[in-house]
Amino acid sequence: MNESTSEPITEFTTTVPFWSPRVTPVNLDDATEEELDAMKVTPSDTGVSEYVLVLAYDPKTLKERTPLFNGIMYSRGGLSRPETELGAVAASVVNRCIYCAAVHASRYNELTDGETVMEAIFESGEDADFDPRPKAILSFATKLSKSPSEAENADVNLLIENGLGMDEILDLVLSTSLFGWANRLMHVLGDPIPR
Amino acid sequence: MLRYLASSFYISNGRRAAHRLPASAFDPMPPLCYSDAVEDIFDTVLVRAAGITADHPLAGVIRGRSNIIELTEKSHDAALKPEPTGGFTHSQRAALACRMARINDEPSLAAHYEGMVDAEDILTADPSFDGADDGRLRVIIRHTDLVTRSPKDAVAGDIDALLSTGIAEGDIVRLSELIAFVNYQVRVVAGLRLMVAAL
Repeated sequence: MNESTSEPITEFTTTVPFWSPRVTPVNLDDATEEELDAMKVTPSDTGVSEYVLVLAYDPKTLKERTPLFNGIMYSRGGLSRPETELGAVAASVVNRCIYCAAVHASRYNELTDGETVMEAIFESGEDADFDPRPKAILSFATKLSKSPSEAENADVNLLIENGLGMDEILDLVLSTSLFGWANRLMHVLGDPIPR
Repeated sequence: MLRYLASSFYISNGRRAAHRLPASAFDPMPPLCYSDAVEDIFDTVLVRAAGITADHPLAGVIRGRSNIIELTEKSHDAALKPEPTGGFTHSQRAALACRMARINDEPSLAAHYEGMVDAEDILTADPSFDGADDGRLRVIIRHTDLVTRSPKDAVAGDIDALLSTGIAEGDIVRLSELIAFVNYQVRVVAGLRLMVAAL
């Protein structure tokens, strides 16, 4: 494990980096029953990730956040999967969370079988130019991610004009806001390191 | 509960290939059946702050995501009122949450959190207060404000500053979850209010 000696990535990418924590993760062997229970909700392919082991210091929020995350990102109905990912990417670009942006931009590309939208976003941010509906979604999610939010009535009206129903707008609000949460953990508590 | 865990496990393992599966493979979040389940989604911090009642035109849309509203309420309780409290009392947590709501121009959430703050912590809730001569509080407030206003500018040195003030690693994570949760919550409320205005 020499990734902690690599320089963190500072430019957006669709190649998912490693994540190197800035605090010492909970040692799995020393974890309390409550910490183990909270981590069990997020088993991963290769064992418990360092990210989850860091969040295990606060098992009560971890236990609620994991099903909340899955519920917002993967529930059936409402906003389409790629448009849900677009909200996540918009937040991650505003908050410059390289890791989150990489995960969700690559997922958007898989879901849409294309790379031009993400390339434009990484190149030009909220000024990126493409089809009106994803552009309206990107614009709203970008403004909602500012602190305080800069989203206005006109931005919601533009979503409606582009065919989004209220159920879809709620899902967009949720996925964008969720990454206001996730980015503030991922980007603050660790560094994205080249694979 | 078992079905719920199985669903969550499946999603986290299968997410890369998930979009190639037929729609029927996507279980929507099953209803939660915890003993401490939220009784009424319209009587939650989030939905009350947005001013949406059970007879509101958006009530049906809110009900469609009742699982998310419930989990948001439980996350609120986990971030604001955990037992044991860790390095921050409930009142200190609420004071920081109130401060973050004010920074985000969310007066209804700020009022909710202000009601949970003890007199000795009320200054912390004022965004113009910097901690004065309390060194630990100064570092906590500086970090809270930075990650609330401009998370993109947070660097490794900001975590070092918390550590060198003697704040335990576990408490750094607990503070981070509190900051992150409130910043999620203020955005959902802001979005819901815009949805109400668009009707």
